[in-house]
Amino acid sequence: MDDLIAARMQMAVSLGFHIVFACIGMTMPILMAFSEWKWLRTKKQEYLDVAKAWSKGVAIFFAVGAVSGTVLSFELGLLFPGFMEHAGPIIGMPFSWEGTAFFIEAIALGIFLYGWNKLNRWVHWMSGVVVGISGVLSGIFVVSANAWMNSPAGFTWQNGRPINIDPVAAMFNSAWLSQAIHMSLAAFVSTAFAVAGVHAYLLVKDRNNLFHRTAVKMALSFGAIAALLQPISGDFSAKDIAQRQPAKLAALESLYKTSKPADLVIGGIPNDTEERVDYALHIPGFLSFLAHGNFEAEVTGLDKFPKDERPPVLITHIAFQVMVGIGMLLALTSLLFLVFSKWRRRTLSRKWWLSFIALLTPMGFIAVEAGWVVTEVGRQPWIIYGVMKTKDAVSRMPGLQYSFYTISAVYLLLTLIIIWMMRRQIATVKTNYPSASLNQ
Amino acid sequence: MLAITIIILGVSFILYTVLGGADYGAGIIETFAGRRAEKTISKAIAPVWEANHVWLILAIVILFTGFPKIYATISTALHIPLMVVLIGIVLRGTSFTFRHYDVSHDFTHKYYTVLFRVSSFVTPFFLGITLGAMIFGNITTDPDSGGFYEHFILPWLNWFCITMGVFSTSLFGYIAAVFMIGEAGYEIEQQKYVRYAKRLLLLSIGIGILVFLVAEGQGHHLVKLFFKSSLSIVCLSVVVLLIPLIYYLFNHPNILYLRAAVAVQIAAIMAGWFAIQFPVMINEKNGAHLTFYNTQAPPETFYQLLIALFVGLVLIIPAFYFLFKVFKKTKD
Repeated sequence: MDDLIAARMQMAVSLGFHIVFACIGMTMPILMAFSEWKWLRTKKQEYLDVAKAWSKGVAIFFAVGAVSGTVLSFELGLLFPGFMEHAGPIIGMPFSWEGTAFFIEAIALGIFLYGWNKLNRWVHWMSGVVVGISGVLSGIFVVSANAWMNSPAGFTWQNGRPINIDPVAAMFNSAWLSQAIHMSLAAFVSTAFAVAGVHAYLLVKDRNNLFHRTAVKMALSFGAIAALLQPISGDFSAKDIAQRQPAKLAALESLYKTSKPADLVIGGIPNDTEERVDYALHIPGFLSFLAHGNFEAEVTGLDKFPKDERPPVLITHIAFQVMVGIGMLLALTSLLFLVFSKWRRRTLSRKWWLSFIALLTPMGFIAVEAGWVVTEVGRQPWIIYGVMKTKDAVSRMPGLQYSFYTISAVYLLLTLIIIWMMRRQIATVKTNYPSASLNQ
Repeated sequence: MLAITIIILGVSFILYTVLGGADYGAGIIETFAGRRAEKTISKAIAPVWEANHVWLILAIVILFTGFPKIYATISTALHIPLMVVLIGIVLRGTSFTFRHYDVSHDFTHKYYTVLFRVSSFVTPFFLGITLGAMIFGNITTDPDSGGFYEHFILPWLNWFCITMGVFSTSLFGYIAAVFMIGEAGYEIEQQKYVRYAKRLLLLSIGIGILVFLVAEGQGHHLVKLFFKSSLSIVCLSVVVLLIPLIYYLFNHPNILYLRAAVAVQIAAIMAGWFAIQFPVMINEKNGAHLTFYNTQAPPETFYQLLIALFVGLVLIIPAFYFLFKVFKKTKD
């Protein structure tokens, strides 16, 4: 395996693994604190039980997130030292804020998890809120560093190195806001739907279980709001990319030729040699509208870029279709959920609905992974868009594929253990939580 | 600004050694202390270990933001030991958490325990190797001279670095033994940790001396450098003068004083180590040095970094204090 490919694959595996735990770490504390708040207000046992059960899951996921995050902070240098040597002083600022936020998150989580019977109840609840806030903040800071790679700002590139460094301008680059919103919502949607899915699955087997019903209701309500906001944020991102990274937009839409107006291409398989998309559905003029808000606008195609500056079209295109498809599916599900909650409450406990929610369990995370493929592969061959190519940043250490194999094996093993452990945790719910044996 | 950043970097390393060291060391002494100790140890480190390890992330962030060339050079030349450290950190953290949270004590418990203990030895060993390799002077940055061995193996695979690895492992065990004296539930258990602490202190002193001897033997004149720096002489005096006091406290345990004395001792070891080669962070094979001065980022970066660090510390220190207070109070 080529060292550049190995390094990119290792980064992809490490990020792809970490991001699941990062999303959970951003979202679960909010859900857990919300449930505890409901308990403090209503004194209903089921809310306390759900909060406690969730916090156990958070403890496990957070630990994995913390160590896999540590791995990333080293891997940036182990795999792409050429990038970090120049980018470190420019984007170190969001990373140092992220470190601060993560530090507070870790401390507050320690207080929350081990302080159930040791603290005033409201102080305990506050610690949960702090975990939630700092979790979301640390996510936003990291995304801001990534946004800088897509939209470099705050420096002048001269003779192969940056001068006139302005870390504040780098952090608040033009991509950070749209990326931060999109990622935070994605974390909320994916985690909330996964949580709702797992509880819905258990509810199918035990239809009136109070514990699982409470959990599904809370998780789905939260996920639904985020899932309905996500398409708006997605539209905002698309218009942003059209301005800043036309090559990425062209790749994810498989737009080989600059067109006016441009069709929206749905599905299909891009064919690089013939420069067309096979078996796709075309909606005339719609891409012009999505990218520029005007059905007649010109959209830049891949033909405006030299061959060695085009991102891989096939992967980017498919990943984009997967992300958008799932996003739409979850948004529609959320709409149904809100309609049913208002007018047809009984549908929410029907078997078909619960089974459907259970089937959606992994969907949000698949969309998150696909979304990262879109933004990372879509930026290639650049590591800093328009400034530094990935191949010029990679480590000169040979045999990087062995690092890649090792990390992949470790993460695969951990994934299997975690799935297996979660099943064991779930099996004990009935004995640990009083409300899990109540049928109402 | 540069001076403050270097101090914060040094303090992060020291705190990581003291707090993270106690965590790693807990896995080391658990290997010897047997089944009953496992419970005490798990209970003692579970609430704090994640927060303790953030000091490492902080140090790395300061390094790549403020001194990017040092970070890039280490992560290239010491790719292999650092990968081992990373895998150690991952396996150690996860196996500990899995062991603590998994629902039943069946066969899995044994595997988690083995993984936890092995990685508790391996990680500090390779951390020590990395630290040793930075100053040993075998790092080559010129891509045209030498092959794979010269670039990626020889910088860290030598007796000096290995002795450093053994030293840090032993030191972490010592820190953990001292930490556990205060966490033990009853008298006999406490006495056991006192015995461990005494032995590991002696062992660490022995290996510490060995580090200097091996360095001389391999042509790296640490002793000469050492006597050039007045700060390292002060640090060594502190380390040595604290030994009788710590021994006294072993026999008449006062947890607070004992922990404080050992923390100061560890801080003095780390500070002395930095002082020996200050401002050099990396010695290269061709005689060049990477120092804090010749690798520093532009002032604007330091300014922003310090704001983040300052706000961070203002929030983190009271939070840490609260965390420790909540869990120490409930023990009494």
